[in-house]
Amino acid sequence: MAVVFQKPHSLIDVPLHYCPGCTHGIVHRLVAEVIDELGIEGRTIGIAPVGCSVMAYDYFNCDMIEAAHGRAPAVATGVKRSDPENNVVFTYQGDGDLASIGMAETVHAAARNENITVIFINNAIYGMTGGQMAPTSLPGQVTQTSPYGRDVNHCGYPVKVCEMLSELEGPEYLERVTVNNVKQVRNAKKAIKKAFQNQLDGKGFSLVEVISSCPTNWGMTPQAALKWIDEKMIPYYPLGCYKDRSAEKEAE
Amino acid sequence: MADKVLMKGNEAIAEAAIIAGCRHYFGYPITPQTEVAAYMAKKMPKIGGCFLQAESEIAAINMVYGVSSTGKRVMTSSSSPGISLKSEGLSYLAGADLPALVVNVQRGGPGLGGIQPSQSDYFQATRGGGHGDFHMIVLAPASVQEMAELTVKGFELADTYRMTSMILADGTMGQMMEPVSLDFDIKEAPEKPWATTGTKMQREHNIVNSLYLSPEKLEETNFERYEKYKYIEENEAMYEEYMVEDADIVVAAFGIAARVSKNAVNEARSRGIKVGLIRPITLWPFPTLPFKKAAEHAKQFISVELSMGQMIEDVKLATDCKVPVTLCNRVGGMIPSPEQVLEAIMEADGGVK
Amino acid sequence: MSTKQFLFSGFGGQGILFSGKLLAYKGLIDEKQVSWLPSYGPEMRGGTASCSVIISDDPVGSPIVSKPDVLVAMNLPSLDKYEDAVVPGGIIFADSTLIERKVKRDDVTVYYVPATKLANDNGTPTLANIILMGKILNVLGDFDETSVRAALGKVISARHADMLEVNLKAMQIGADYE
Repeated sequence: MAVVFQKPHSLIDVPLHYCPGCTHGIVHRLVAEVIDELGIEGRTIGIAPVGCSVMAYDYFNCDMIEAAHGRAPAVATGVKRSDPENNVVFTYQGDGDLASIGMAETVHAAARNENITVIFINNAIYGMTGGQMAPTSLPGQVTQTSPYGRDVNHCGYPVKVCEMLSELEGPEYLERVTVNNVKQVRNAKKAIKKAFQNQLDGKGFSLVEVISSCPTNWGMTPQAALKWIDEKMIPYYPLGCYKDRSAEKEAE
Repeated sequence: MADKVLMKGNEAIAEAAIIAGCRHYFGYPITPQTEVAAYMAKKMPKIGGCFLQAESEIAAINMVYGVSSTGKRVMTSSSSPGISLKSEGLSYLAGADLPALVVNVQRGGPGLGGIQPSQSDYFQATRGGGHGDFHMIVLAPASVQEMAELTVKGFELADTYRMTSMILADGTMGQMMEPVSLDFDIKEAPEKPWATTGTKMQREHNIVNSLYLSPEKLEETNFERYEKYKYIEENEAMYEEYMVEDADIVVAAFGIAARVSKNAVNEARSRGIKVGLIRPITLWPFPTLPFKKAAEHAKQFISVELSMGQMIEDVKLATDCKVPVTLCNRVGGMIPSPEQVLEAIMEADGGVK
Repeated sequence: MSTKQFLFSGFGGQGILFSGKLLAYKGLIDEKQVSWLPSYGPEMRGGTASCSVIISDDPVGSPIVSKPDVLVAMNLPSLDKYEDAVVPGGIIFADSTLIERKVKRDDVTVYYVPATKLANDNGTPTLANIILMGKILNVLGDFDETSVRAALGKVISARHADMLEVNLKAMQIGADYE
């Protein structure tokens, strides 16, 4: 019998703990497919964050490290520098982890052009702790800790990570994608693959921001959540490539 | 003495670490330990090692966490305020059972405090150094030679027990120069089958982790870790005894305080006072044995510290509070003089008689 | 069985720590027990600098010199601060170019050396500390050219190796000063 669909080898065959309709599963799969296709599972070391994907170490078949909240880029720096020729290192981080508590580690890993791959899940909310305001929560967005809507006069504006990092000399590649329909999933995979390939080519810091949904904490059906990405998230967080040093050089 | 070189304590730590096979150092500048970083910055690129100035102490300790996960010897160093920033990482290292060497060249506190020598991070170091139940092996050098020796020892203990070794020094130890011999026998590091070095598609994946959502499992790991700690307490305590055998008065002091105290003990002995010195070299595990023994004949203990009295608690615990323990101290970057310690000894002698 | 405790003090930039290091290295070469402890911190940027050096036949206890046998004062604030700390019968070396007053105590031996002036006259204005060191070693009966040369070789970085003879000459000027 011809196999037309199966789990990637680098994704362990266990049920994920994510909520129904959550897009973490899709992104996990994309990362695993890329690791398989590049044939790097045996030399890849992943760094899990604190947040919903804290237990990603139970899902990826490669060696995994669980980092303190926000510190994944620093841990990844250590792992990469331990054996730069062999180790392929990726971090998988949410918006609270990467853009709030770990902002310093994110910015400086990018500034150093640390040769790592960062998968950044932006769903504009804290999932694991039950739906609090994230650094990327939209203006007016209702969360448990912004019950009257995010008031920008009181707690400021969302952080646009790709735009911000693109001002730095350091990073190689920054792209924002989403996974709310088949076409976007394909684009996302392309970006993730490029982010890993860049590392193999020694090009440096590559970050893919994935605009994701959180039906549970957004208080929506999975379908409505995917629609909300198009209607609310993408207008604020436009998709696209924010930096691609190699492509820019070629163009010159 | 031809093989000896004059080195600052901070430099001796750095060179000894390199000799011990450490090829990764991450740190952030802070007085009075910056020479460690400067030395590493100069040396590491020449020997194929990695020196990286981190964006913060927090980042530095997490870079240490990363390298340690891959099984290699790695270190960071800082001074008191910087160690507070590292305390998160120290807890994670403990929770994930990772070996590392962390150096604290202490300065006066709390807060930004000062930059002069202090021993007031004793509690922070010996009680764990972060959230949760854990210990670090805490080594207290009292000479530049020991700065080097205990660095090597620290790496070995860290690897053996899969935990953090901390060198708890102070500004004088870091800044002073003394002759050092760097002739060490380096034991080969043990195998680290748990390290995340890539599966090579030849084994199950390794996970470095400190998260246990099941309380039963987390309790079990804590119990197991404390079994290990118990073994360490029984086997790894180090100390120096000086004229304790017939002593009526016993001075307890470590690091620079022990150097000062030794002068005072010598002077008091020349005046006919029966006084001795116990110098803990490991602060955790605290060497309780010599204190228990001394408590059988000593009438009084004096804890000499550059703090408001922190080790004194361990002296009292070690002696089951059977004998009075007084404190002789200076703080804020000040150091007790031999005369001050002598005075405390003579006062105790008046009480003893 | 002897221990000598030295305290060097002056302005940052006068080579106070360097002098101490030179003496410590000489002690090491002479197979003595030695320690060198600098003041550290903002003093390095032109405030007062000092360092403790102990040279002993026995292991050195506390490396902190609070009662020096020998005080080397290269400016007035240093003499003001440490004069009283010198042990009775001790020795004070003062750079008399920069210190106009006399030492008040009569229970110590004092050597006034216009080290800064001698250094300027010699065309080596930065070597007042070395000139003073020449005098110190001469007074202590410790001016052995072999070990002095070896010690200088240790403290002068390879980049400035050509400075060794210049330093040695400066030291001789100090040693010869009456």
